[in-house]
Amino acid sequence: MNVVNNKWIGQRTIRPDGVDKVTGRAAFAADTAMPGMIWGKVLRSPHPHARIRSIDTSKAEALPGVKAVVTSRDVVDFPLDKSVMLGIQDMRWMCRNVMARDKALFPGHPVAAVAATTEAIAAKACELIEVDYEVLPFSIEIEDAIEPDAPILHEFNTFQGKPSNIVGTLEHKKGDIEDGFKQADVIIERSFTTRPVHQGYIEPHACLISVAADGKTTIWSSSQGQFMVRAMTAYLTGIPQSDIRAIPAEIGGGFGGKTIVYLEPLATLLAKKSGRPVKMVMTREEVMRATGPTSGSKSTVKIGAKKDGTIVAAQGTFYLQAGALPGSPIRGAAGCSFAPYDIANVLSVGYDVCSNRSKVAAYRAPGAPIGAYAVECVLDELAEALKMDPLEFRLKNAAKQGTKAAHGPVFPRIGYIETLEAAKNSAHYSAPLRRLQGRGVASGFWFNAGGESSAQVNITEDGNVVVTTGHPDIGGSRAGIANICAELLGIDYRRVSVIIGDTQTVGFSNLTGGSRVLFASAMVVTQATEKVINTLRERAAKIWEIDPEAVKWENGAAHPASPNAGQFEPLTLEDLADKAPMQGGPIGAGVQLNTQGAEGGFGTHICDVEVDIELGIARVIRYTAVQDVGRAVHPGYVEGQLQGGVAQGIGWALNEEYIYRSDGKVDNPGFLDYRMPVCSDLPMIDTILVEVPNPKHPQGVKGVGEVPLVPVMAAVANAIYRAVGKRFYALPMSPPKVLAGLEPPVQQAAE
Amino acid sequence: MTDIRYVAPQTLDEAVGAYAAAGSAARILAGGTDLLVQMRSGAVKPGLIVDIKKIRELTAVEELSGGGFRIGAAVPGAVLAEHPRFRQTWPGVLEAVNLIGSTQVQGRASAGGNLCNASPAGDSVPAMIAAGAVVTVQGPEGRRELKVEDVPAAPGRTNLKPGEILVSFTLPPRPPGSADAYLRMIPRTEMDIAVVGCGVSLTLKDGVCAHARVGLGAVAPTALLVEPAAQALIGSRLDDAALNAAANACRAACRPIDDKRGTIAYRTQIAGVLLKRTANIAAERAQGK
Amino acid sequence: MAKLHVTTTVNGEPLEFLCEPYETMLDALRNQLALTGSKEGCASGDCGACSITLDDRLVCSCLMLAAEAEGHEIRTIEGMARGGRLHPLQEKFLEQAALQCGICTSGMLVASEALLRKNPNPSEEEVRFWLAGNLCRCTGYDKIVRAVLETAEEIREAAQ
Ligand SMILES: Cc1cc2nc3c(=O)[nH]c(=O)nc-3n(C[C@H](O)[C@H](O)[C@H](O)COP(=O)(O)OP(=O)(O)OC[C@H]3O[C@@H](n4cnc5c(N)ncnc54)[C@H](O)[C@@H]3O)c2cc1C
Ligand code: FES
Ligand code: FES
Repeated sequence: MNVVNNKWIGQRTIRPDGVDKVTGRAAFAADTAMPGMIWGKVLRSPHPHARIRSIDTSKAEALPGVKAVVTSRDVVDFPLDKSVMLGIQDMRWMCRNVMARDKALFPGHPVAAVAATTEAIAAKACELIEVDYEVLPFSIEIEDAIEPDAPILHEFNTFQGKPSNIVGTLEHKKGDIEDGFKQADVIIERSFTTRPVHQGYIEPHACLISVAADGKTTIWSSSQGQFMVRAMTAYLTGIPQSDIRAIPAEIGGGFGGKTIVYLEPLATLLAKKSGRPVKMVMTREEVMRATGPTSGSKSTVKIGAKKDGTIVAAQGTFYLQAGALPGSPIRGAAGCSFAPYDIANVLSVGYDVCSNRSKVAAYRAPGAPIGAYAVECVLDELAEALKMDPLEFRLKNAAKQGTKAAHGPVFPRIGYIETLEAAKNSAHYSAPLRRLQGRGVASGFWFNAGGESSAQVNITEDGNVVVTTGHPDIGGSRAGIANICAELLGIDYRRVSVIIGDTQTVGFSNLTGGSRVLFASAMVVTQATEKVINTLRERAAKIWEIDPEAVKWENGAAHPASPNAGQFEPLTLEDLADKAPMQGGPIGAGVQLNTQGAEGGFGTHICDVEVDIELGIARVIRYTAVQDVGRAVHPGYVEGQLQGGVAQGIGWALNEEYIYRSDGKVDNPGFLDYRMPVCSDLPMIDTILVEVPNPKHPQGVKGVGEVPLVPVMAAVANAIYRAVGKRFYALPMSPPKVLAGLEPPVQQAAE
Repeated sequence: MTDIRYVAPQTLDEAVGAYAAAGSAARILAGGTDLLVQMRSGAVKPGLIVDIKKIRELTAVEELSGGGFRIGAAVPGAVLAEHPRFRQTWPGVLEAVNLIGSTQVQGRASAGGNLCNASPAGDSVPAMIAAGAVVTVQGPEGRRELKVEDVPAAPGRTNLKPGEILVSFTLPPRPPGSADAYLRMIPRTEMDIAVVGCGVSLTLKDGVCAHARVGLGAVAPTALLVEPAAQALIGSRLDDAALNAAANACRAACRPIDDKRGTIAYRTQIAGVLLKRTANIAAERAQGK
Repeated sequence: MAKLHVTTTVNGEPLEFLCEPYETMLDALRNQLALTGSKEGCASGDCGACSITLDDRLVCSCLMLAAEAEGHEIRTIEGMARGGRLHPLQEKFLEQAALQCGICTSGMLVASEALLRKNPNPSEEEVRFWLAGNLCRCTGYDKIVRAVLETAEEIREAAQ
């Protein structure tokens, strides 16, 4: 459709859930209570790696106030020899992640859970559980985990015929890599490391669950998908999905980290055993120790180009930490990193490596920022070696319509080149810099996702609209949906109320993830609204006794399509809603789709830093994120996605990291020492929204949420190089590392 | 956590009495920005909490003659910042106290709590040391005075005797041409614990440094008074040679550890950098710039 | 293990409650007084999601004992809109899309309101440092800072 004269699409409307959120009324996961509610707590392994010989819960059970204790015996087992997939998650690993079975695999790994009348009693009961551990040797870092004599986490897994912590590989190949490098005049090869970083959502995981005597279960929790919560809880507790009503609470941030369950199965089992509603809320420390960060990594990237700047070959090897159980995002690292470029010969390989740290969870464009960091830094060096402007160099090699990406697809009309042009033409790119300031650029790609979505659009008796969809709204998607529905119906957006349904009231809808929510929900909402409009036209046609084809819907009312159709006063939505009981009953439509056509997204970023060379502190002083966003249905929330992604990337680049002690435990499991950017660390973050509409989407929408994290670390690294003439190949570029890297000659030269 | 009592006495004598009677399980509560965090993490399990914020002497800021001040031990940073004249006289002490935590933390956190918490990285401590502050403490055996640098004994431990409560800080009179400054290195711009902190207080006469004191934080088990650094400044015009000598004296005084917040090499190097910067700021202030 | 009886004022209303001596004000607000607008992001003073004012001074309710409320005045996010009318900051946050998930929003608003009461004309830098104790992981702070600056300007203009 790609409407041009939009009234609501593209407007900065007030989000439907807004007033609740600015007044404290919005109910997040930890904000509810139920009569008779008791509190659950998790006992966690203190060891990075230990065989669990036995667990004695008798003393805990005897403590007054304790109502239930569960261990892995209560969780449904998924034997190792048979994979059971739920989306991209393997239930074999999920069941072992929510509760350790034979072995505890990281410090913080749950080994038992208790429910008691108060939190204090539940905590006390955890201390009374006796676990007999056989402590095993452990490894944390990739290099240690892939040593020939490394302690093996999963004995069943072999790599090249031997037990190994390498639990998965992935290869993308295009052309002939050897041949490609032979054509190159300049080849640059570098190795990079990144540290695990946490999604850092401010709301800890929480849930409140009640199980009735007949097994009917109500889950109130914060997640990126109530249907995921229902399915995983059903799998892990044995309760059928039809008996589980998972209600999505407002969610206080996820960034991928809430696409799997941690607490819900345990709270369900505790509620079932105790017969009481059970509330569980993680502490910040539990969030940091036991929920997914994204992988740390080691990668090597080699790129060759001809003198004229044509890239002829590119090779990447990406080792990513999976944590305790398989599943690191090698697909994003190996698949996305070369995607912005039209390169004839590509070989991109990923390795999934287990070690004794918490299982990684998705984090905004999982894997892609890790790969892009390495690739975009090497490209910067190549551009320099070729004496080309880094944006020109990218323009020369940019993927466009018809380019075949190494990971498979042939790109349709994409907007990558437009992002490069916009960056090049921005005021920022030509602004002067002072001493010890530097400017870096980098690009990034993310696949984006479509998939299953459902929506119901109902006309109320007073002629207003209620839209129900099935995706938790984390960043304002309800506002976008309201804009679209109001646009199609030609009514004020304030008349459209958008609700996120629970699992038993709206059709299956996949996760809020993969930047898919507005893309997919706009599709189902559009189709449902169009069905509603057809019904409205039919109703008007019946009243006027003309053919429905002779009725058009415009500005919130049915009109005769042309003077020939007859002379009738328009029938508004209110009129038709009012007459509905006599004219065929309620008006509404539901649509369920497996949406297709979510084309990948591209962004190009410009970053200025200033380095205090005596202290080693790099600060970002100006930033512009350019992105092809397809169509900005609500520009405020699109810009917000870009700005938020950039802030996370700056944290990843400069200060965020998991720091481990020699005993294998995380040494900084709190916000004081896990240094996410605070308000005074950042400048305003400028955005340039390039709109190349997605031809496969009714409003032209593309996913926007994940791309903005992908280029950031490389943009910052390249900027630091331009400021001080020294390249850093390891994240974070924290002050001690930067200072150590700036040998005295660099410091003097800069002075 | 269950057998805990909370009292909020109105007088110091009552507070000392309750605190001393309860023995080692008792804790003084000033702003609570350390104590509550420690209770929550399980590091501290007090049997008695003595809230000292209802005691006038501990929450008052009193101006003495000649630029001296007496600051109650429980005065929050935000209250000190609102004093009409403290800022002009002791800008370095104020900036150090005000660097503690966020605006929210400032609403509660006190210099007394910062000192008694005895973290080697407490921000106000090096500035108070540089200022030559003296503390008054009161215990079951009466009152006594200590220099600030003599209060911390080791990380998390002070030289206060059982039952003693820190009452106030006394800052000395200020001769003309005096000023102080405090700088710390943190990776972010806020909300971090100092990797190195440096306080300098000095008096200039005709451009020459007549008096100086230097305090360093986070580079040893306790905050340090670095006399050799002060000696290097005194008598100089704060020229490069003097500043370098003072910086080297600071580096020589460091006995830091490697931890999640910084390495030995980094901390040592930075101590010198901060000394120079801090001394320059103090000198500019002393010259009224 | 006797509970303490606390008499205090919350959002202008006198009230009484019972609490454990070790209970924080945040827990009392959320669990006893059903005022769940103040959020717990860390319980250690690092995120500001629990921000309230105590006698008009901004504090973290997670770093305050409930018992300390005795005789004092507490204000929370629930008291910010008066008589069903949103505070200009609340309006501006909505207009500017200064929230995404909204978990930090209560704390941001309470902190920003305290800033504008103290300093009706803050610079960008002053806003950023004042709000440094309020973590937001979603927005990159840009729209929050803009919303505060614009509200300040509008309040100043309206006062003229
Ligand atoms: C988010 C956050 C950020 C922080 N940032 C910083 C920072 O940047 N720099 C920094 O230095 N600190 C920082 N801190 C630590 C803390 O805020 C400071 O140490 C603060 O000065 C403590 O003061 P308080 O009044 O809150 O002390 P409390 O917590 O009340 O007390 C601290 C300790 O001292 C004891 N004590 C307090 N007063 C007395 C007294 N009068 N007599 C005897 N004993 C007493 C208490 O029993 C307790 O053991 C931070 C804390 C938080 C939560
Ligand atoms: S919950 Fe109080 S500051 Fe985070
Ligand atoms: S809006 Fe999500 S943390 Fe601020």
